[in-house]
Amino acid sequence: MIRTPLRPLARILRARDRGENPDRIEAENRRLRHEQMQDSARQRAEGRLLVMAAMFLFAFGTIGLRMGVLASTVPAEPTAQARGNPIIGQRADILDREGRILATNLQTHSLYAQPPQMIDPERAATELAAIFPELEAEALLEDFTGDRRFLWIRREISPEQMQAVHDIGEPGLLFGPREMRLYPNGAVAAHVLGGASYGREGVSSAEVIGVAGVEKHFDDRLRDPANEGAPLRLSLDLSVQAASERVLQGGMMLMNAKGASSVLMDVDTGEILSMVSLPDFDPNDRPRALTEGDQGDSPLFNRAVQGVYELGSVFKIVTVAQAMELGLVDPETEIDTSGPLTWGRFTIRDFRDYGDELTTREVIVKSSNIGTARIAQEIGAERQRAFLDRLGFLDPTPAEMVEAPTGVPLLPDNWSEISTMTISYGHGLSSSPLHLAAGYASLVNGGTRVTPTLLRRDRPQQGARVVSPEVSARARAMLRAVVTEGTASFGDVAGYRVGGKTGTADKPRPEGGYFEDKTIATFASVFPADDPRYVLVVTLDEPQIEALGETRRTAGWTAVPVAAEMIRRAAPLLDMRPDVARRRPVGVTLTSN
Amino acid sequence: MRSLLYVLSALAVVALGVWAYQENYRTQAAMREVRALHRDIGAAHERLQMLRAEWAYLNRPDRLRELAELNFDRLRLLPLMPDAFGKVGQVAYPAPALPPITDPVEVSSDNAPDAPDAPQQEAGQ
Repeated sequence: MIRTPLRPLARILRARDRGENPDRIEAENRRLRHEQMQDSARQRAEGRLLVMAAMFLFAFGTIGLRMGVLASTVPAEPTAQARGNPIIGQRADILDREGRILATNLQTHSLYAQPPQMIDPERAATELAAIFPELEAEALLEDFTGDRRFLWIRREISPEQMQAVHDIGEPGLLFGPREMRLYPNGAVAAHVLGGASYGREGVSSAEVIGVAGVEKHFDDRLRDPANEGAPLRLSLDLSVQAASERVLQGGMMLMNAKGASSVLMDVDTGEILSMVSLPDFDPNDRPRALTEGDQGDSPLFNRAVQGVYELGSVFKIVTVAQAMELGLVDPETEIDTSGPLTWGRFTIRDFRDYGDELTTREVIVKSSNIGTARIAQEIGAERQRAFLDRLGFLDPTPAEMVEAPTGVPLLPDNWSEISTMTISYGHGLSSSPLHLAAGYASLVNGGTRVTPTLLRRDRPQQGARVVSPEVSARARAMLRAVVTEGTASFGDVAGYRVGGKTGTADKPRPEGGYFEDKTIATFASVFPADDPRYVLVVTLDEPQIEALGETRRTAGWTAVPVAAEMIRRAAPLLDMRPDVARRRPVGVTLTSN
Repeated sequence: MRSLLYVLSALAVVALGVWAYQENYRTQAAMREVRALHRDIGAAHERLQMLRAEWAYLNRPDRLRELAELNFDRLRLLPLMPDAFGKVGQVAYPAPALPPITDPVEVSSDNAPDAPDAPQQEAGQ
């Protein structure tokens, strides 16, 4: 670049010749140079501004475009850094204590129709009716030719049915994937499991939700994707449950009962190993609730948990255990059993007259109402109520089923002295068989409170103390005596040293009073009695058999043989070896001073 | 010096571009593979679930009981009862394994032709 001199010599000389001031030339040149510099600087600045503007435009344009793209695309999970398993999003399985499947899922398809896309609705309707016998061609045709744009035809179809529908070749019939809850064992443990149905349904998927039992109680846990399908392990034992149902079903038929229930419970952990209520149902095809009549007769009704009954003499051991705990009696104390015992307008009688006096042990063995009522009089209402509360008889059981809170015990409005006396032998207080099992478990396991649970546990419950270990051992000895020499003689299963108490309660009439010929027969048992492991409660509703020329309704003739057969079947399955020739265990005898 | 710097940085940009391009495609390939694997795992899981459900269905107590009753003549299976427990002493010791044959005995029928044919052959000769 040629730099223009500020004082070009030629012009300066000429200016001097003309007598002009040469500084003006310099000033002018300086001005021109400054203008030039200004121009170039402005141009540069403008260029930079332009570049800046372009860059900003580009940047904001990019951001805007990206935002537009993000806003308009379907959300997708981040796949590059996704943690965990994105596949297992199904409802979790339910297993028994050994890991056998009680409830699982099956991939099936649903079938739906879009009538506007149909080519030959008439043919489609007839062919569908031929594949699915429960559908009617006329109704389908009406739906297909009406103004409906979408309709479900079947929620679940099998692969064979799907192929058959495919073969119709109708483009308006479409399939969607569908998960189906399957209970592979059918009616086994139906009441515990409950059942499942569909919540929100879409074409591509549907929510499976629990409707009853464990399925509903643990609905959130089973559906939570964070668990990655970790199965729910119950305390039930499938083979024991199946064997119990079989035995109870047979027993119910033999004893002409209209219903039956049983609860088998571990005395230390409170785990329910089997819980049966008959009649039962198939959870794969859960029946509807009754719209009329007594819900208690519905197969959906869980007698073991929801059914609260006056269970009768099985409560006597509770009364006697409390009296022994309070130091009021010991097994050899003589109790006045002269009867009938009259209290106000009530009269308490025994099944037959046992004479004027019995020892406490004989009161249990012979099941004397009068003797128990006299013991209860000494205990008093307050203490009896508190004791029953500690055993859990006053509140619904905490079993993990949605039905459990509905099994509310029925208590007398006014816990008067006569209530105390009747409750002492199991009348006037209604509770469920599960209550009874938990109460017995708490009494016989050494005297600590056990709450029933349906979840697998691996250690004993450390419950509050209810009775002392000595009282617990004495109660067990009395229960054993009931079987060896008392009312439950049919219950003696060789090698398992069963102890238990029978209870026969007349059913209350809806209009007040009691039926003469309808009873609830209960046998609450513990085995082995000297080293208790399990409690079994069997209840038969309205049993009646002919034996030795008489109609028998008492528990000793009905519930006890059924329970004995159940123990005979269940105990070997629980790895219990019969101890026929029992020897004293060799071991260390603990002593203390 | 400065031009060298320009050349070097331009080369670096090109190299980075190539690297980013390759990484991008490798990432996409890896993600495709992951998707495919997830699909496979999902299918395998579904199949496993189906098989387990079928196993549970085939082993349901009702069916096993019916099968045991149907095949009672052959298998003689009964429900497990308390008398099924034995003692260790009732289990026989396994029979000792036979020692290897070190001194074989010649049997007269060794290498003999089949019995009915033998006389005919002799007669023919």
